[in-house]
Amino acid sequence: MRLHPATTERAVVTLLWAMAGITICALAFIIIFILAHGLPHISREFLADSPRSMGREGGIFPMIVGSALVAGLAVLIAAPIGVATAIYLTEYTREGRLTAVIRFGADCLAGIPSIIFGLFGFVFFAIVLGMGLSVISGALTLTLMVLPTIIRTSEEAIRAVPQAYREVSYGVGSTRWQMVTRVVLRSALPGIGTGIILSLGRSISETAAVMLTAGSALRMPQSLLDSSRTLALHFYILSREGISMTNAYATASVLIIAILALNLFAYWLMSRFVARVR
Amino acid sequence: MELKMETRQLNLFYGGFQALRDVNLQIKPREITAIIGPSGCGKSTLLRCLNRMNELIRNVRTTGQILLDGRDIHDQAMELTSLRRRVGMVFQRPNPFPLSVFDNVAYGPRVHGTTDGAKLQAIVENALRATDLWNELKDRRNSPALALSPEQQQRLCISRLVAVEPEVLLMDEPCSALDPIATARVEELMRELAHSYAIVIVTHNMQQAARVSSETVFMLLGDLVEAGRTARIFENPRDKRTEEYISGRYG
Repeated sequence: MRLHPATTERAVVTLLWAMAGITICALAFIIIFILAHGLPHISREFLADSPRSMGREGGIFPMIVGSALVAGLAVLIAAPIGVATAIYLTEYTREGRLTAVIRFGADCLAGIPSIIFGLFGFVFFAIVLGMGLSVISGALTLTLMVLPTIIRTSEEAIRAVPQAYREVSYGVGSTRWQMVTRVVLRSALPGIGTGIILSLGRSISETAAVMLTAGSALRMPQSLLDSSRTLALHFYILSREGISMTNAYATASVLIIAILALNLFAYWLMSRFVARVR
Repeated sequence: MELKMETRQLNLFYGGFQALRDVNLQIKPREITAIIGPSGCGKSTLLRCLNRMNELIRNVRTTGQILLDGRDIHDQAMELTSLRRRVGMVFQRPNPFPLSVFDNVAYGPRVHGTTDGAKLQAIVENALRATDLWNELKDRRNSPALALSPEQQQRLCISRLVAVEPEVLLMDEPCSALDPIATARVEELMRELAHSYAIVIVTHNMQQAARVSSETVFMLLGDLVEAGRTARIFENPRDKRTEEYISGRYG
């Protein structure tokens, strides 16, 4: 039997619409479910206090600080290294064996489960380098984990910059570095920024890798060499060990809202930047 | 008369393919030299040799000499950045940076170390005046260059070059993306600029070569077939291939 093309078209539209609908519904369901369970328990005290009796009572302030420190530091270290690698791969070398190896390495890193990163970080940073379970061990482990994302997204963004801009820049006698900093990075910034924000989000929500490297101390970290529990890990422990489901949901809500706010802020920043140069 | 630029026995290979054969090109100061010829004859390649822009492409090899004011441009003592500053290039499509009008024109001077605000203002004004953009754009210096018309964009690209005070302007089909009226205005601008610079224009358009240039060079399959005064080339070509091309036998 042959369907009329218009009928097929209608069927396809409905099908695609339904698929997209499922995706959005699933996402909305998760967010609403968690916020519905968590939001009622969020108060100023919850955000500003330290946890008491293993997190059954009190707040999550040290975890907020811990998350910000570990994730912030990770991206702060990974971003310059990743962007520099991308610049090297795209502008300072021709395609060859070396670029293939670097790119293959980055892709392999991207495919490794985070618990493996955690294990590596535990052995290498915490034990071999003697940093112990600490903010800095966690941050360095996450650095390795998000590096491939930053390299790849930056590379894409840099490649998308029209070749003509490079020729024009050379055409008025600029050096390569001037061309890279004044033209290429400027045009590629929105793309590079998106990659960095994605990495920040991934760092904040990472659990397994930080459990083995940053540890799970409940108190406020006094230095980068102190252990600190992140929000995601706190949520995991609260629910896994049956300490307090209400506080687990409240913690998860804070996490979700923080990531959402971060993304919105990033998009706002990017659109402002794009509006300024276009 | 001293030549501004000159190539001697210039050969260029893209891998195993020879794109230029023993080309001897002569560029006179303060004149417009047009390079004409059918697609793939090597005219853009030749142009891009003159400021070593071909070196951005992989597997390019050249032999022979290219002289600027009698000095070899491949000489160690001639820095690539200073060569490209002295020999600037305008491309086929208008390609302003996604920056403001001012920042586009100030790009070159800034690259070469001018940071003083008043000095930059003066340079930008002069460069925009040189391409007759000043009156149109003096109040829109901070608006995005991509919002301009294609013709204004192409003039802006010329201003961007003029701002670094080049000696030779290379133009690779600078009007091919413009309509006839815009083309006429850019051609007029070229004639004005020829009072100060040596201009080399690559064009597909024989009428354009006849209108704007005083010297014409005809190329075919990597050979420089014939060069001479434009009027002489068009009225009295010596080579049979030149005659066939300008009479429209192929192209």
